[in-house]
Amino acid sequence: MPDRRLLGLAAAALAAAVAFLAIGLKGNIAFVLELRLVKLAALVQVGVAIAISTVIFQTVTGNRILTPSIMGLDALYLFGQMLMVFLLGGVGYVTLDPQMKFGLEVLVLMALASALLLPMLKSRLDMGLMLLAGVVFGVLFRSLHSLLARLIDPNEFSVVQSASFANFNAVRTDLLVFAAIVTVIAAVIAWRARHVLDIISLGPDTATGLGVGWAGTVTGLLLLVSALVAVSTALVGPVAFFGLLVAALAERIVDTRRHGVLLPAAALAGIVVLVGGQTLFQHALGNATALGVVIEFVGGLVFLLLLVLGSRK
Amino acid sequence: MSARALQPSLRTGTIAGLGLAVLFVLSLAVGVSPMPLGRVLSDPEALQLLLVSRLPRTLAAILSGAGLAIAGLIMQTLARNRFVEPATAGTAQSAELGILLVTLLFPAAALPVKTLVAGGAALLGTSIFLATAHRLPPAQPFLVPLFGIVYGGVIGAAATYAAWQADLLQFLAVWTNGDFSGVLRGRYELLWIAAVMVAIAWFVADRLTIMALGREASIGLGIDYARMVQIGLVLVSVITALAVAVVGMIPFVGLAVPNIVSRLMGDNVRGTLGWVAAGGAGLVLACDIAGRLIRYPYEIPVGTVMGVVGGAIFLWLLFRRGAHA
Amino acid sequence: MIRIENVSFKHRTTPILTDVSLTIPKGGVVALIGPNGAGKSSLLSLVARLQPLQTGAIDIDGLPVDSTPGRELARVIAILRQDTTVASRLKVRELVGFGRFPHGRGRLTAADHAIIDAAIARFDLADLADRFIETLSGGQRQRALVAMAFAQGTDYLLLDEPLNNLDMYYARELMRSLRSIADGKGKTVVIVLHDINQASAHADRIVAMKGGRIVADGTPTEILTPETLEAVFGFNMRVETIEGKPFVLHQL
Repeated sequence: MPDRRLLGLAAAALAAAVAFLAIGLKGNIAFVLELRLVKLAALVQVGVAIAISTVIFQTVTGNRILTPSIMGLDALYLFGQMLMVFLLGGVGYVTLDPQMKFGLEVLVLMALASALLLPMLKSRLDMGLMLLAGVVFGVLFRSLHSLLARLIDPNEFSVVQSASFANFNAVRTDLLVFAAIVTVIAAVIAWRARHVLDIISLGPDTATGLGVGWAGTVTGLLLLVSALVAVSTALVGPVAFFGLLVAALAERIVDTRRHGVLLPAAALAGIVVLVGGQTLFQHALGNATALGVVIEFVGGLVFLLLLVLGSRK
Repeated sequence: MSARALQPSLRTGTIAGLGLAVLFVLSLAVGVSPMPLGRVLSDPEALQLLLVSRLPRTLAAILSGAGLAIAGLIMQTLARNRFVEPATAGTAQSAELGILLVTLLFPAAALPVKTLVAGGAALLGTSIFLATAHRLPPAQPFLVPLFGIVYGGVIGAAATYAAWQADLLQFLAVWTNGDFSGVLRGRYELLWIAAVMVAIAWFVADRLTIMALGREASIGLGIDYARMVQIGLVLVSVITALAVAVVGMIPFVGLAVPNIVSRLMGDNVRGTLGWVAAGGAGLVLACDIAGRLIRYPYEIPVGTVMGVVGGAIFLWLLFRRGAHA
Repeated sequence: MIRIENVSFKHRTTPILTDVSLTIPKGGVVALIGPNGAGKSSLLSLVARLQPLQTGAIDIDGLPVDSTPGRELARVIAILRQDTTVASRLKVRELVGFGRFPHGRGRLTAADHAIIDAAIARFDLADLADRFIETLSGGQRQRALVAMAFAQGTDYLLLDEPLNNLDMYYARELMRSLRSIADGKGKTVVIVLHDINQASAHADRIVAMKGGRIVADGTPTEILTPETLEAVFGFNMRVETIEGKPFVLHQL
């Protein structure tokens, strides 16, 4: 009964949101509530964006242990960002309107990602090779990112530091509205494409046989994934294993790979983990900044587990 | 592809030696303050700079480069996989976690003590990696480095968290990102132990070649395989811990150099070990010199330069191999 | 002499070998036959101390395999496993040369080089000696591996299905080579074979295994009878005698 499980997940997400808003509410309630609402909106967006992009990416690549960030997409985003600073020059970059800048960054990532990933997907490389190449791309782009950062400002070290971990406590709220538009559009497209995704998961030959144009569909889906990754990375920074954690969790719960069920389940699971986790860390553990690292740690362990168990079959 | 591979002939040897010598002199000459190599003996200030800063820095680059390249070679032999090295097998991250913990608990401990703890942690972390790597199916060779990278990432996340809580992130950055700009006389000499490790590797070179044929072939030829694995692990851990503690980790050296040498000359370690060591030294030295020049007079850490150069080499190796198969 | 006494072996809880005892005197070619999963390869691995003994005892010329230093044993017995893969980029001559490792720990004397050259010549590898192993075909690689085991210069040679990957010509050549080193140099060859007729043509003795036990042991003429073969392989096959040797027409 996936529907009942979906309802359960929705209830859990709602509960997490309420807890996030309500716990420890005191002082100027209207003010605090507004602050929290904005933050909640951001967290929900990040959770949904990462969950959906991961599920789609896994379907396109036909592999359950891949996520966009394992393939270096978020590092690519940071690199693209830095590249723009480098090319436009510090002044030109700063004078850009933040919304406009973000829009440009999304476009840059979409271009870079399709330039990089499409040839790999088309040549039907060995999955392990692709994974490894993606991981190394990640390292390479992170290094390039810090190299460019040094070139732009040799004395500035904090820029480099920011690239290491996501911080769910300090969300870039100025991009919220624009990011929300991107996320909602992407989510709607993903939802409408849920049946196509089911067919894509059968592989290129079967999909082509069933009349789904493989190359075009996959390109479109990758662009969608790139946009979502840009949203989440812009808002909170790079998250390597969160998507993996959420996708694995959702699939375990609803026990199906049908996208009509899996996509909402993953999105809800993303909200539960992120909002619930942030509430827990903020109030119970008194350490609001730690969630990012802990999610990476647990997600990394899940990845290793999937790798070892999956390869033993 | 036939046996047209490059032979380690006298000529290539001379060219390589000359190249290394040029890099050596360049490394002595390049830096923020001018170094008039021509009259260094008559200029006491220049001599002082040379002996206190430039020479130690150059030697540190050579020692860590040679050591890490050999560590990569040994790691590839132990894991029987061409795509692993200390930075992609959890070795470096374990060493970083170890040295972080000892710094937290005993801030006053001397560098050799910290290095020793880092070595112990590296040994433990690498042993766990190896035990797991041997369980992964040999038919999928890319799973091993993938596992290693994420495994290292998980250990690295633990180290980052600990450093963050203790407000030691700056320190962690020193260990995780190789940088020779702080090397002075009196601060790098521990690295000579890496040279000793390389010498030990040379001593067991034949055994390493045979181990690459697998456990059964090794035992069949009378090698104590389990003991050799332990020796290899110790060599890798000590070299990595030294690099982490003294100059910071330099990624990809151990990966790129042995692979390129193997492609050119094969895997008979007795014949290739010297080339791997020289190649590692040359690559790190070249990257350090480049780091000093790219944004002169500022410096870019060698770890960052190598992340770009080494990453590019790694990808080239991956896809070249893919194209061959 | 190889002495195997009451050896049993389990993989986790699955019994692989049950109370196997066998004595192989010095000199001659002994073929191990039997269906898949009979325990032939496991027995060979145990004799060559590739796996630790669980119960029972094995000694070679009086040297117990579980307590003799590995290096000493490597000068007495050589083994070639059936699934040996060489991932290293080594040249054929280098690979064969490593057969001499137990003797000089890597330092090759003139005598070693002579042995290596002889092994290369014996297995028809002279044209391939300076090629990298990875560039060889499966059969050529197999011959290089046999040459390496041969170069080890041991009195005992254990070969696990060495005819895999070899064409008819080289399969026959290899068996004749083994026959001649057994006759000429008094070496002992223990070989796992799937081709029963190779065993009949070249072996002095055939040991048949099934279900982890030895079920028949004798000369080819004694073993290769329809009754014994049916007991071992589970189906009836015709046996014809050609030039005094039994040949099994198991394809019919």
